Amino acid sequence: MSEYKDVWVFSERHDLMLEMLGKGREIADKLQMELGVVLVGFNVQRKADELIRYGADKVYLVDDQALELFQLEAYLSVLHSLATSHKPQVILIGSTRNAKPLAARLATRLDAGCAPDCAKLSVDEQKRLVCERITYGGNAATKIAFRAKPQIVTIPSRAFEKPAPKDRTGQILKLDVKIEAPKTEIVDTKPLETSAVRIEDADVIISCGRGLEKKDDKVLLDELASVLCGQVGCSRPLAEDRKWFTEWVGLSGHKVKPKLYIACGISGVIQHVAGIRDAKVIVAINKDENAPIFELADYGVVGNLYEILPALKEALERQLQ
Amino acid sequence: MKRIIVCLKQAVDVSQLKVNPTTRQLMTASAPRKISDFDKNALEEAIKIKEKLGDVEIFTLTVTSEDAKAVLREALAMGADKAYVVNDPSFRDVDTLGTAYVLAEAIKKIGEFNLVLCGETSLDSFSGLVGSRLAELLDLPQISSVRKLSFEGDVVAAERVLEDAVETVKAKVPVLVMVTREINQPRIPSLMMIMKASKKEIVTWTAADLGVQMDKLGSKIEIMEVLAPKTERKKIRITGENVQELADKLAKALIQEGVVGRR
Ligand SMILES: Cc1cc2nc3c(=O)[nH]c(=O)nc-3n(C[C@H](O)[C@H](O)[C@H](O)COP(=O)(O)OP(=O)(O)OC[C@H]3O[C@@H](n4cnc5c(N)ncnc54)[C@H](O)[C@@H]3O)c2cc1C
Repeated sequence: MSEYKDVWVFSERHDLMLEMLGKGREIADKLQMELGVVLVGFNVQRKADELIRYGADKVYLVDDQALELFQLEAYLSVLHSLATSHKPQVILIGSTRNAKPLAARLATRLDAGCAPDCAKLSVDEQKRLVCERITYGGNAATKIAFRAKPQIVTIPSRAFEKPAPKDRTGQILKLDVKIEAPKTEIVDTKPLETSAVRIEDADVIISCGRGLEKKDDKVLLDELASVLCGQVGCSRPLAEDRKWFTEWVGLSGHKVKPKLYIACGISGVIQHVAGIRDAKVIVAINKDENAPIFELADYGVVGNLYEILPALKEALERQLQ
Repeated sequence: MKRIIVCLKQAVDVSQLKVNPTTRQLMTASAPRKISDFDKNALEEAIKIKEKLGDVEIFTLTVTSEDAKAVLREALAMGADKAYVVNDPSFRDVDTLGTAYVLAEAIKKIGEFNLVLCGETSLDSFSGLVGSRLAELLDLPQISSVRKLSFEGDVVAAERVLEDAVETVKAKVPVLVMVTREINQPRIPSLMMIMKASKKEIVTWTAADLGVQMDKLGSKIEIMEVLAPKTERKKIRITGENVQELADKLAKALIQEGVVGRR
């Protein structure tokens, strides 16, 4: 059992890798282990030093033209081969749409467990890694420990803060591994038609739900957002059913952690609330005084959003003068 | 004849789940069950393919430790031709690896197939691992996060939605595809379809029927705790005579919280 050691971090996305390094460092220190990073791609060697500055002790570098694009079988074969020869105890994998299947398949190939989408990680008194994730449509938080090694955990983006870089040294191990040929062929890639700014980055979010009657009424939110330098979001039905937005906030959409979240005409169904749990302050504006959102908000205003929003904008402009 | 196997999970209907407010325990045992939403999209997609290509047979496959017949009747009414259930009390505490292992064994027993369709994740546990684990165990090409699918000859073409890109991917059958909820709107079966479905077959297997090795069912993870999250919100109701007063008080509160301000 003790042959497994070290905490590893992998993501095909550099920003997510840096976010995980902070948490990875903390866990490695608590377990008195080293922190390794798996750096995979083509012409990526230049990123290795930065990963060390962000906390890595070792960078396992596999640089190959066959790894230029993320292709499941190719990346899987690299991670599998490294994990088999170096036996990490914990592997943190950034939970992207590409890498989550990778994590699941790596766990299967290694006959290991996988705890997906964990936004909280800790080490308990018995030095066990404890992972926490949201389940049952936002109704529950589930705590998971492992019975087998390696322990594979996927980490959503924005779950952890990027640490501050430090002047530190580490080791870069350049490795050659056999790369499996992909079983699928990418024939086209185009950018996703989404808003230019990432809502996860917003400090202030004004969100609307089905209480908004027409698409054009979004302007009410836009105006308040511009006063607060915030962004506009929505509940799922406005995106999925009405197509007024392309993205939404919630369990199946974006999980956000702004300082201020203003929910207008949103009832507060658990799947929506699951996406805003980490907001510092939640304000609810709803005309139904029994709407569940009031139980989940810091400040509640019972009223018509069409009246409250313009008045709030005016009041804030005045008071912020 | 082409054959599509759709993996269907019988999930806890999370919208009807009750929580004990003092213990924060979920009352999952008494909550109703249904086909996991994402899997319903997978089934709908299979039916659409059948409508287009004609010569297609759709089997659903469910691994469970509970009775699932009522839920599977709905799948048959929607348009599946035959439902397979592997029901065994020994599956009660399996993790995603155990579930995928039993699914894989059942698919091997079913035999030939062209396409395995799964939901991207499940309504209740929301893990999103089983489809990928199954692809690994069956050594299949896998296409996940699919919002558009076409099946012609022996090639599957799919549009995948990634965080910032849309990727079109092709693979030769047999292939495993995981679909998102965007892909379609599952149909609601008519009374006629429900009646017709009562004649369709539900094949029930146990672990022993598949020769499942019990040691492969041991969970690799331990669920330590499942509790409703604590909500620690202030729940302050802003009151006032008129809209102006409400807005003024709210603005003041937000400024005091330090969450708004000029930058
Ligand atoms: C698996 C699954 C995942 C899901 N994921 C998500 C998710 O990620 N995000 C998400 O948002 N949803 C999600 N949903 C959908 C979710 O269950 C709800 O259907 C949705 O959140 C409800 O949106 P809503 O609050 O805008 O609409 P409603 O529930 O219809 O609420 C509208 C509210 O507006 C109020 N209102 C109406 N007019 C006014 C007015 N003039 N002024 C003030 N208030 C007014 C009403 O009182 C009501 O409370 C998911 C569902 C499932 C099954």
